[in-house]
Amino acid sequence: MKQGSAVERLKNGIITENPTFVLTLGMCPTLAVTTSAINGLGMGLTTMAVLALSNMFISMLRKIIPDKVRIPAFIVVIASFVTVVELLLKAFIPFLYDALGLYIPLIVVNCIILGRAEAYASKNGVISSLFDGIGMGLGFTVALTIIGAVRELIGAGELFGYGVMPESYVPCSIFVLAPGAFFVLAALTAIQNKVKRAGEKKGKDMSKIQSGCGSDCMNCKDSGCSSRFFESKADDLEIEEITDEEENKAVEGKEEGSND
Amino acid sequence: MSDLMKVSSNPHIRSRVTTSNIMLAVVIALLPAAGFGIYNFGLDALILMLVTIASTVLTEYLYEKAMHKPITIGDFSAVVTGLLLALNLPSTAPWWVAVIGGVFAILVVKMLFGGLGQNFMNPALGARCFLLISYTSIMCNFETDTYTGATPLAVLKSGESVNILDMVIGRTAGTIGETSMIAIVIGACFLILLGIIDLRIPGSYIISFIIFIILFGGHGLDPAFISAHLAGGGLMLGAFFMATDYVTRPITKKGQYLYGIFLGILTGIFRIFGPSAEGVSYAIIIGNLLVPLIEKITLPKAFGEGGEKS
Repeated sequence: MKQGSAVERLKNGIITENPTFVLTLGMCPTLAVTTSAINGLGMGLTTMAVLALSNMFISMLRKIIPDKVRIPAFIVVIASFVTVVELLLKAFIPFLYDALGLYIPLIVVNCIILGRAEAYASKNGVISSLFDGIGMGLGFTVALTIIGAVRELIGAGELFGYGVMPESYVPCSIFVLAPGAFFVLAALTAIQNKVKRAGEKKGKDMSKIQSGCGSDCMNCKDSGCSSRFFESKADDLEIEEITDEEENKAVEGKEEGSND
Repeated sequence: MSDLMKVSSNPHIRSRVTTSNIMLAVVIALLPAAGFGIYNFGLDALILMLVTIASTVLTEYLYEKAMHKPITIGDFSAVVTGLLLALNLPSTAPWWVAVIGGVFAILVVKMLFGGLGQNFMNPALGARCFLLISYTSIMCNFETDTYTGATPLAVLKSGESVNILDMVIGRTAGTIGETSMIAIVIGACFLILLGIIDLRIPGSYIISFIIFIILFGGHGLDPAFISAHLAGGGLMLGAFFMATDYVTRPITKKGQYLYGIFLGILTGIFRIFGPSAEGVSYAIIIGNLLVPLIEKITLPKAFGEGGEKS
C-alpha cells in the first residue's frame, strides 16, 4: 500500500494506529460518554466530522500558518468546526445533543484532533489529511461504539436501546458507571494486544504497528507528534542543565564559605 | 556427623512460618465467625461460603493454568479471600453473585496485578465494593426468616435505639460474618496469640474511630451509642481481619499507626456524615490505596543518614 493513499490512511486510523486502543488518545470522551452504544456512536461520528474537516483545512493552511503560533491557529480552526457541529446537532439531533451535553464543546480539546493536526495535517497534502481524519475518526467511532455496546450489554442488558438479554438477567450496574468504563477499555485494549501478538507469532510483519507512544522511544522522534518538540526542547534542556549545575556550584561554594 | 559438616550458604535457620501456615491460621481464626453465621442464618450461609471459596480457588487455578504459571492455590490465600468475601455477603445473596465476586476478587484485584503479594487492595474487599455498586439491592437485602431487614447500624442511623447485647452476641441482621462481635474477637485473639497480627492497626483504628464518634457522633460520651457503633457493622471484622492483611497494610510501625488512625477517621466520616449506614469496606480500600504514600513518609532513616551537619 502506498504511504499516504486514501485506503492506507483509513486502515491506519481504524486498525494500525487506532486512536483509542493503540494510541490511547482522547480518553476523556472515551470513558465519559460510552454509557451506551448509541452515545459512543454519536460521539465518534461527531468527532470524525470535526476531525476530517479540521485536518483538511489545516492541511490547506499549513504553508500560511507561522510555526510559532501554529497551536492557537489550529485551535481556532478546530473550535470553529466544533461550533458548527454543535449547532447542527442541537438543531437536528437534539436527543444526542442532550446525551452528550458538555462533551461536545470539549471536542475542541480532544487530543486526537490536535494530535492529528500537529502530527499529520500540518505536514501532508490535503487529500491524505482528509482521509487521515476520516480514518482516525472511524477508528475512534468503532472503538467508542464497541466500548459503549459492551457497557450497555452488561450494565443494562440492552444493545442500542433494545433488550437483548433474557429477562432473568440482572444488570451489573457498575458497568454503566465510571469504573465500568475503565474495566471495559482495559479489557478491550488487552484483547487487541493479544491479537497483535498472535499475529507477530505467525510471522506476519507487525513491526510497523507501534504500540502507541510507549514501547519504541528510539523512533518516537520520527513518529510525528514529537519531532518538532525534540529539536527545540533538546537545546533548551542543555541550557537548563548547565545553569542548574552552575547554580549548584555557586550554592555549594557559598555554603562552604559560610561554614568556614 | 556428615550432617553437621554440611557447608551451605545462608540463611542457615529457617522459620517454620510459611504463607500457607499463616493463611491456614487465618482460616481457623475466621471459623468462629463463620460458624456463628451458619448458626444465625442457616444453611444458606454455608452454601454461600462454599460457593465463594470454590469460585476463588478455581479462578486462581484456572488463571495460573491458562497463563502457564506455577499453581499457588496450595498457599490457602484464595481460601482466605473466598471466606472473607462470603462473610461480607448477606445470606440472601444468590449463588451467582458470590461467583462473580469470587472471580472479580481473584482475577481482577489479585492475579492481574501479579498474584499474592502484588495486589494493591484487599481482594475480598475490592470484590465486596464491586458487588455493592453493581448489585446494590441484592447486597443490601438483609431480610431473612429470622430478621426483618434493617441492620442495627441502619436502625441507629434512623435515630432509634438498638439492643446492644444482641449486637455483641450477633443475633442481628447483617452480612454472614459481621454480626457477632464475640466470635470475631475470639478469632482475633487466636491470631494475636500466634503473633500473626498485632494490635497496632486494629487498636489505632478502633481508638481513633471511638474518638471520632465522641467528637462528631452527636451523642457525646453516651456509652450505648459508642458500643453500638463498635459492635455494629463490619468494624470488628474489618479492623482485625481486613485492615491487617499483610499485603495491603504499611510495613513500617509508624505507618501502621497512621494507617489505623486514617481508617478510623474515614470510617467515622462515612458512618456519621455519609448517606449509608456502613463505611468500613470503603474506608479500608481507600486506606489500601494510600499505603504506598504512608510508607514513603514513614520510612525509617538508614543508620548514619541525616546526622548533624559538620
